[in-house]
Amino acid sequence: MIQTVLNTIPTPSFEYALLSPILVMFLAACLGVLVEAFLPHEKRRFAHLIIVFTAILFAFFAVVLQSGPNGRALVANGTVALDGPGWILQGTILLVAALSALLFAESKIDPLGDAFAARASTLPGGEEEKIATKLGWAQTEIWPLFSFAISGMLLFVTANDLLVLFVALEVMSLPLYLLAGLARRRRLLSQEAALKYFILGALASAILLFGSALTYAYTGSLEFGQISNGISSANNSPGLLTAAIALVAVGMLFKVGAVPFHQWVPDVYTGSPTPVTSFMAGAVKVAAFGGLLRVFYVAFGALVWDWRPLIWVVAGLTMVVGSVIALAQSDFKRMLAYSSVSNGGFILVGFSATSRPAIAAVLIYLIAYAFATVGAFALLTLIREQAGESSTLIRWKGLGKKSPLVAGLMSLFMLSFAGIPLTSGFTAKFGVFTAAISGGATALVLVGVIASAIAAVFYIRVIILMFFSEPIPEGPFVVVPSIFTTIAITASAVVTIILGLFPQVVIDLISSASVFLR
Amino acid sequence: MNPNAYLVLSGIIFSIGAIGVLLRRNAIVAFMSVELMLNAANLAFVTGSRVWGTLDGQTAAFFVMVVAAAEVVVGLAIIITIFRTRNSASVDEASLLRW
Repeated sequence: MIQTVLNTIPTPSFEYALLSPILVMFLAACLGVLVEAFLPHEKRRFAHLIIVFTAILFAFFAVVLQSGPNGRALVANGTVALDGPGWILQGTILLVAALSALLFAESKIDPLGDAFAARASTLPGGEEEKIATKLGWAQTEIWPLFSFAISGMLLFVTANDLLVLFVALEVMSLPLYLLAGLARRRRLLSQEAALKYFILGALASAILLFGSALTYAYTGSLEFGQISNGISSANNSPGLLTAAIALVAVGMLFKVGAVPFHQWVPDVYTGSPTPVTSFMAGAVKVAAFGGLLRVFYVAFGALVWDWRPLIWVVAGLTMVVGSVIALAQSDFKRMLAYSSVSNGGFILVGFSATSRPAIAAVLIYLIAYAFATVGAFALLTLIREQAGESSTLIRWKGLGKKSPLVAGLMSLFMLSFAGIPLTSGFTAKFGVFTAAISGGATALVLVGVIASAIAAVFYIRVIILMFFSEPIPEGPFVVVPSIFTTIAITASAVVTIILGLFPQVVIDLISSASVFLR
Repeated sequence: MNPNAYLVLSGIIFSIGAIGVLLRRNAIVAFMSVELMLNAANLAFVTGSRVWGTLDGQTAAFFVMVVAAAEVVVGLAIIITIFRTRNSASVDEASLLRW
C-alpha cells in the first residue's frame, strides 16, 4: 500500500543553481538571525551590512549570469517560473532593494543614529527610550527582516503556483509590517502605520487566499499553466470561477495599491521610516505588479476578455483619483504616496493590453518608477529640521537657493514622475500608452494623458516652490550624508537620466525577454 | 457528498470574517476575523482536494496554518506595541494619519 502511494508521488526536482538568487537571500536572512542571536550588539551592524550587501551582490550576479535563453525554465516541479520577465523583475528588485539598503544603513544624517527606533519595545517619549537612544543602541533586527522581505519578493515575482504565491506574499509582507512600525522619530505615527498596514495587508492576503482556494476548487490545480487549461476545458458553474478571479484580483490590487483599495497607501507611506517607504514604493511595488502580471497573463490568460474591462476601470480610477488627491497634499511624503497610487494606474494601463510589447512597457515603467521614487525618498531624508525630516512642502520655499544640488536632483525626479521628455518617466509613459493604444484602449489612454497633466501640476509645484520662492526664516536645512545615501541618490539619478536619454538599449533588452513561460 | 454545500459554508465563514474585519473596532477581534477568513479558505481547499482527488489542497491547508501562525506572531507584536502606547487596541483611535 505504502509502496503504491510512494510511486504516485514523483521525487521533487529542485534546481538549486537556477533558484540561487532566492536561496542566497533566504540564507542571508537566516544568517542575520544567527548574528542577532550570537554577536554582541556593537558588532552586529557591521556583520549585517557585510552579509546583506554580499548576498544582494551574489544574488544579482546569479540573476545576470543565468538569465540568458538557457536559464529559462519551470523549476521546482513547475511551481517557480524563471522566464524573461521573472529574471528581469528579480534583477530590478535586487538593484532597487540594494539602494533602499543603502538608505537603511545611513546613520550620519540624524544626529541620533539611523532612521530606526533605538529599541522598538520602549514607550515613545518614555524614560527607557531616552536611555536606549543615549546608549546608542540600534534595532539591528531590521536587517534579517529586510533580507526575508527580499527573498519573499524574488519568489513572489516568479511564483507559478497559487500556494507558492501566497507563501511568498507573506514572507515578503510580514517583515514589512514590522519595519513600518520602527521609525525613530514620530513613533506614534509609525506604529499606527504598522497597525493599519498589518490589518489591511492581512485582509488582502486572506482575500487572495480564498480566491486561490476557489480557483483550486474549480480547476483542480494550483499551478498557473494547469489552471489555464482547467479554465479552458471546464464549462460548468461560471459563477464560482468569476468569484475566484474577482477575489484574486481584489487581493492583488490591494497589494499594488490600486483605487478603490488604495486607502492604506498614504497612511503607511507617511508613517513608515523614510528608508522603509522607499523600499515599499520601489521594490515592493515592482514585486506586487510582477506577481499581478503573471497571475493574470498566465493563469487567467484564457479569460482576458472578461477581466480586461475590470482592469480598464481600475486603471482609469487609479490614475485620476491618485492624481487629483495628490494635488491637495501639503506633505511631501503623502504627496509621493498618492503619486505612487497614480503611477500604479499608469502601469495598469500598460497591463490592460496583453501583447508582448505591453509586458515590456510595464517592466520598463516599473524600472523607471522604482529608481526615481527611491531617489526622491532618499533626497527627502536629507532635508531636515530639528525634529527630524521636513516634509511639509510649504517650508521647502527657496530650498534651491540653500542647496542647488539637492533641489536640482529633486527636480529631476519630479520631472521624471511628470513624464517630461529626456527623463525615464517619459520613456515609461510613452511605452505604456503606445502599448495600450495598439491594444485598443484609446479611451483609457486619453484618461491617462489627462491624469498625467493633472499630476504634472503638483510635481512642477514642488520645483516652483524650491526655485522661485524666497526662503522662509527658520526653514529646513540640508544635511550632507555619508557615502551610503550619496551612492543611492547618484545611482537613481543616473538610471533616471540614462533611461531618458538612451531608452532604446533597455527597451531592446527587455523586449527580447518579455515572454511568460507557462 | 455534495461539495457545493461545503463551498457555500466556506463562503459564509469567509463573509463573516470579512465583515468582522471591516466592522469590529478592536484590533484583536479584527485580527481574529482575518484568521476566520484563512480557515474558510482552508475548508475550500480541502473540499477541492476531495472533489478532484488530489493532495494539493490538503497540503495547501497545512501551509496556510503555518502562515497563519507566523501572522499571529507579527500581528500580536504590533497590536501589543500599540496597546502599550495608547492603552487601547481600538483601530478607530489610531487616527493620527488621515488625508
